[in-house]
Amino acid sequence: MKQYETVIGLEVHVELATRTKIFCGCSTAFGGEPNTHTCPVCAGLPGSLPVLNKKVVEFALAAGLAAHCEIHRLTKFDRKNYFYPDNPQNYQISQLYVPICHDGWLEIETGAGKKKIRIHEMHMEEDAGKLIHDEWEDCSLVDYNRSGVPLIEIVSEPDMRSAEEVIAYLEKLRYTLQYLGVSDCKLQEGSMRADVNLSVREAGSRELGTRTEMKNLNSFKAISRAIEGERRRQIELLEAEKPVQQETRRWDDNKEYSYAMRSKEDAKDYRYFPDPDLPPVEISEDWIRDIRSRQPELRDEKMPRYQAEYRLSAYEAGILTDSRHLAGLFEETAKACKSPKKAANWFLGEVLRLQKEDGLDPEQVCFLPEYLAALIQSLDDGKISAQNAKLVFEKVFRENIEPLAYIEEHGLKIVEDSGALEAAVREALAANPGPFSELKGGKEKVYGFFVGQVMQRMKGKANPAGVRQMLEKIVKES
Amino acid sequence: MTHIIDDEILDNVCTLAQLNLSPKEREGAKAEMQKMLDFVEKLEELDTEGVEPMSHVFPLRNVFREDEVRNGDRREEMLANAPKKKDGQFQVPKTVE
Repeated sequence: MKQYETVIGLEVHVELATRTKIFCGCSTAFGGEPNTHTCPVCAGLPGSLPVLNKKVVEFALAAGLAAHCEIHRLTKFDRKNYFYPDNPQNYQISQLYVPICHDGWLEIETGAGKKKIRIHEMHMEEDAGKLIHDEWEDCSLVDYNRSGVPLIEIVSEPDMRSAEEVIAYLEKLRYTLQYLGVSDCKLQEGSMRADVNLSVREAGSRELGTRTEMKNLNSFKAISRAIEGERRRQIELLEAEKPVQQETRRWDDNKEYSYAMRSKEDAKDYRYFPDPDLPPVEISEDWIRDIRSRQPELRDEKMPRYQAEYRLSAYEAGILTDSRHLAGLFEETAKACKSPKKAANWFLGEVLRLQKEDGLDPEQVCFLPEYLAALIQSLDDGKISAQNAKLVFEKVFRENIEPLAYIEEHGLKIVEDSGALEAAVREALAANPGPFSELKGGKEKVYGFFVGQVMQRMKGKANPAGVRQMLEKIVKES
Repeated sequence: MTHIIDDEILDNVCTLAQLNLSPKEREGAKAEMQKMLDFVEKLEELDTEGVEPMSHVFPLRNVFREDEVRNGDRREEMLANAPKKKDGQFQVPKTVE
C-alpha cells in the first residue's frame, strides 16, 4: 500500500463567558426553562434592533492577541442567510469580509518537538437556538435561550497531520481561553465545539486532496476516533480509485462511523452581505494596549515558573496549572505558608482527592487558602498529627471552617503532656507482650506497630516522632 | 455585458429563498429581477476606481451595550403570537438535518 499523509484543519466554536447575549440584554445562563431568556432581538422579531455587547469584542480581542493574531482596526458584521427554525431571523449575524482577528498562531508540543499551528482567522457571531424533535406529535420544538449567545469561531490553517496534533492544538486553545476567562471551553456541554476538515494525500505530494468536514464531535475521544475513521475511509476510496466527495459528514460516536449530511452540489450559497443594523467597530491602539496589559499569566508561562521558583517537577507543575482557579488558590496558599513545596503536596494530594470525591469542577473549589496555610503551619510546628490534619482539612475544604479554632474545640491538638504519652506507651506494651519481647530482642520493625497502637490510644493526638522516642526510652529501661 | 435572468437563475433564486412560484408569478418575478439588474448595470457605468465600498450609510462607529442583564422572563409574551406552541416552546413542522 502507498503511504498517505493526513491533512487536518479545524473550525472551533467557543461560547464566550459573558453574562448577556451578543446583541441583547438577555441572560446567557445555562439550563433555564425554555424561552425564559428571550426577547424580540434574539427571537428575531421584525423591527428589533441588535446592539453589540462590548465585552464580546474585548473577549475576542483577548483571544486573538493571546494567539498572536493581527487585529483588523475596522471590523464589521455580516448576515449569513439560511432557513432553519433554530435561526429565527433567517440569517445568522456573523463576520465574513472583515473578521476581528486574523493570521495568528499557537504552538503545540508534538512527539517531534514544538510545532506552530497557524490561525487563519477568528470572528464573532451569534449562536442558534435549540431544536428538540417531538416524537409524539411528529413536530419540532424550538427553545431560543441559546439564540444570540456570543461565540467566536477560530479557524486554523490545515497544519495538523494526526489526531494527536489536533488534540494538542485543542488543549492549547482550551487552556489559553480558560486562563483568559474568555470561555469555560467544556466540550460535553457544548461551550467548545470542533468541526474537523480532513483530507489525505500521498506522502510527499504537495497538492491537497479533496476534504470532508465532520461535525458533531463533543469529546476529545470522539474527535480522535472520528479522525482515525475518516482517514481510513478516504484511503480506502483512494485505494479503490474512487474519488472523495467534498461533503459535510456527521460522526456517530456510538457506531464509530460518519455519514454524509450534504454534498457540495447542494452546498449552501449563504448570500452574505454587511449587516446594516450594526455599525462597524473601530479598534484603537489604546484599546488593544489595554486588553494586552490585562492579559493574565498564561499556563505556558506559569508552568516553567512553578518549576524554577517553587522547585516543582514538570509533572507537578502541569497538574497544578491545569485549572487557573486552582493554580490561584495554590499560589495564595504557598505565599501564606511560605512553603510552596508543602502547599503543592497538599494540592496534589488532598485537594485533588476531595475535588474528585465530591465531583466538583475545579472552579467550584472555594476554601480559603489562608486556612490551608494555617493547617500546614500547625503540622509543621508539631501541633497536630498528619492524620488529624487531613481530617481537619476535609472540614476546611467542604465547609470553610477556621482550622485552628476547630482543632482546639475538638481536642485534636497533640498532647504535650509526657505523662499521658508515657501511660499510653506502657499500656500498649503491656497489651502486646509478644511484639514487646520482639522489640526487646532488637527487632526494629516492630516499632511501627507500636507507634500505631499508641496513636490509637492517644486518638491521633500525639506526634509520631515523640511516640517513637518515648517507646525507645521505655524499651531501653525495661 | 448584459446579464439575463433566465429560468436557471430564477430556479436557483427560488431554491435559496425557498419560494414556490406559479408559472405566472415566475414570469412576473423574472421581469422585475431583470429591471433590478439593468439598474445595477446602469450604475456600473460610473467610474468607482479608488472609492471605498460603502457598507453603512451613517458615519456611526462603536455603538455598544455594557454586559448587564436587562431582560427578565417574558416567555408568555414571546410565545403570544406563535401559531403553535407546546411546553413553553415554539412548535414547528418536523425539521431534521
